[in-house]
Amino acid sequence: MSDVICPGDEDELSAALAQAASEKRPLEIIGGGSKRDVGRPVQTAGRLSTEKLTGVTLYEPNELVIGAMAGTPLREIEKALAKNKQHLAFEPIDLGPLLGERPGQGSIGAVFATNLSGSRRIQVGGARDHLLGVRAVNGLGELFKSGGRVMKNVTGVDLCRGLSGSWGTLAVMSEVTMKVLPCPEATRTLLLRGLTDEVAVGAMCAAMGSPFELSATAHLHASCAAAMGMEGLARKGQTVTALRLENFASFLDYRAGRLGEKLSAFGKIAELDDEQSKDFWNAMRVLKFFDGGEGAVWRISVGPNKGAKLVAALSAHLDCRAVYDWSGGLIWVEVAPSRDAGATEVRRSIAEFGGHATLIRADAPVRAGLEVFQALDPAVATLTKRIKDSFDPAGILNPGRMYSDI
Amino acid sequence: MSSLAIPEPDAQILDRRDEIVRELRRIVPQRDCVVADEDGRRAFETDALTAYRQMPLAAVLPTTTEQISEVLKYCHRNKIKVVARGAGTSLCGGAMPLQDSIVVGVSKMNRVLDVSYENRTARLQTGITNLGISTHVTPDGFFYAPDPSSQLACTLAGNLAMNSGGAHCLKYGVTTNNVLGVKMVLMDGTIIEIGGEELDSPGYDLLGLIVGSEGQFGIITEATVRILRAAEGARPMLMGFDSVASAGDCVAGIIGSGIIPVAIEFMDKPAVRVCEEFAKAGYPLDVEALLIVEVEGSEEEIENLLARVTRIAKKFKPSVIRISQSPEESAAIWLGRKSAFGAIGRISDYYCMDGVIPLGRLAEVLVEISKICDRYGLQVSNIFHAGDGNLHPLILYNANDPVQVEKAEECGAEVLKLCVEVGGCLTGEHGVGIEKRDLMPFQYTQTDLIQQMRIKDVFDPDWLLNPAKVFPLEARTYQ
Repeated sequence: MSDVICPGDEDELSAALAQAASEKRPLEIIGGGSKRDVGRPVQTAGRLSTEKLTGVTLYEPNELVIGAMAGTPLREIEKALAKNKQHLAFEPIDLGPLLGERPGQGSIGAVFATNLSGSRRIQVGGARDHLLGVRAVNGLGELFKSGGRVMKNVTGVDLCRGLSGSWGTLAVMSEVTMKVLPCPEATRTLLLRGLTDEVAVGAMCAAMGSPFELSATAHLHASCAAAMGMEGLARKGQTVTALRLENFASFLDYRAGRLGEKLSAFGKIAELDDEQSKDFWNAMRVLKFFDGGEGAVWRISVGPNKGAKLVAALSAHLDCRAVYDWSGGLIWVEVAPSRDAGATEVRRSIAEFGGHATLIRADAPVRAGLEVFQALDPAVATLTKRIKDSFDPAGILNPGRMYSDI
Repeated sequence: MSSLAIPEPDAQILDRRDEIVRELRRIVPQRDCVVADEDGRRAFETDALTAYRQMPLAAVLPTTTEQISEVLKYCHRNKIKVVARGAGTSLCGGAMPLQDSIVVGVSKMNRVLDVSYENRTARLQTGITNLGISTHVTPDGFFYAPDPSSQLACTLAGNLAMNSGGAHCLKYGVTTNNVLGVKMVLMDGTIIEIGGEELDSPGYDLLGLIVGSEGQFGIITEATVRILRAAEGARPMLMGFDSVASAGDCVAGIIGSGIIPVAIEFMDKPAVRVCEEFAKAGYPLDVEALLIVEVEGSEEEIENLLARVTRIAKKFKPSVIRISQSPEESAAIWLGRKSAFGAIGRISDYYCMDGVIPLGRLAEVLVEISKICDRYGLQVSNIFHAGDGNLHPLILYNANDPVQVEKAEECGAEVLKLCVEVGGCLTGEHGVGIEKRDLMPFQYTQTDLIQQMRIKDVFDPDWLLNPAKVFPLEARTYQ
């Protein structure tokens, strides 16, 4: 790895990318670098970082909108919002600790570039749903914008969504504008212990199908619950199923009570209070449930009612442990280290139950040798390649990070 | 309104009309599925932007995705333009055909394919009406969140094409936030499936690009949408103000306080009068501005939330505060709002704007809009989703008076430019269509537009789908 280009403004960013394009010199694109070890390893001589593109550019609490340069650390955005009791409601996850980095290093641009949303996604939408506007430079060095700072905008092709989750392969974001929401006044979490995966998913789906507006539901295998490091959370050998309610404090007695009645058939219900709830869900945000593990980690997105079957199928062939988020629709699986990180079995299960899987943690040689992201259907793969070419015809932006040909 | 340029039709294609109709009948042989006679075609020549009309070559109403694929393959081979159509309720001319195009309507594909209450998803053919989705799941306590005012008629296909919103989107988001997967036919006939019952899809966010692409990228025949469990109850309240500015400030006050109601709707005096006459909703007639605020939850929670909203509102000195006392009253309050466009349409032709502005500029922008309309000697009536700053000024004019027609269009353009100038955008939920096509350069640079058009090129390299819409004609010379 040689020079790192750190543009200080959009003009410098444009110039750097235009030059790289003219020289056909591929670049690895990074923000805070906290997710560098995710995806297929990018093997480029040069690197471009957004670390000097920083600062909040707009914040109107009464309009629920904040804007910032893309390299601004997420923690700074969250600090600014917290002063006004606001937050990014999709509670972006932090992969840093899972990948052996310090927590809190991610940039706000990368939050959207990777579209990694946390537990509240199930209620309020994901990162991509909160991105109102973006300014970005494509692989030709052209600065363009899409969306803006207002809550609704259907003017033209929605490039905000288009760039979300593109892992820096289409354009380098210079500035993002996003929707924020008031922090809930209070939080409570109902707990069920010892449920099988299948029953737990049933409980989570039943809770989500109630009118009490759950903001998160998760189910942790016993060893994962233990790894959360919260006193009193895990009981020996028992899974933990957690159901989060957030609202005005005065509403939660009623909601927790009614939800408890609805779920009483699933077993004895325990509860985490406001502070304990925050600790628990903050630990979920940093995937603390895999603390101490060294296996490969997969992120699997699946129809909630198929999740338990999928994990059961995996468990029949692999030594693995799992945490279900999003009512069972998102599964984090850690498998014992192996040459293919369990890819063969994971892909086989996906073929049977649907959904898609991304390898989040594995050594670079392993990631270099297999499809880290889910392979696409041929027709979709063709469109994907052409979209890549429409933004980055010279192929200079994070080449090979997602798929070998984009 | 007729100032927008429509490309000259291709005479060779026009000459081949009989042959094209024959071929469409071969592909879609079912009775009444190819409309070729003049009276029949007239039903397809315009949409809810009635000032623009173009008689299509024919309209075809396939019954399967495969038929749509065959139709598009044929059109692709023969370079025949195609305009997709749901119910034809577009306010921006999004479904208006061209003379040398055919219309492909999805109205005969309107079945519910699958509902999963566990996963809270519904898979549907896209010809189903918006309300039809909610109606199907309401008995089980669920609903589909986006609720455009035209929901009784408009189709899911149209909602997906335009990324439709509605009054309750303040809390629940617009179409793009509530769709998980689509089956879509590309112009060359390829059938692609993106997403499904999962909350995200692998690879690029193609779904995000497709939703709101205004029929430019393909024809969506099936979709998986999120359905949500309805709250235990919901209740609206009315607040009247002596000035538009106070109402605007009150909206910002509520949003800034940490409460996100399900909806905050705004109507000005002229709108209130007309809607009251139509719906007998009990709207106060002596106020300059009226807010409808709806909250939801249990009975006790509703009381609590309404009390909180009332406390905030009182700072802005409302002259009337009235909380709905019965389901009937609530229904009447919403009927008045949802039938507003129709009610105003009974007394005058109108041109409906859809700009969005930063909430903090609301009061100032409303004053400015009045000044603009005064300058053109036209009346304006404001009805809109105030919570998210999505304005719908209705500019009243006489469609039979060519001078007024031109004035209304110019006046509308000024209003939208104002929205962009204050940091907003041209359209929040209706789409660009043909109506706002030539205003795009006010919001976007040529580079911005080129990047968008490159995506159009990816999906439809020959630009056969819904031509002459969204992108200014002169902007297309970029290649």
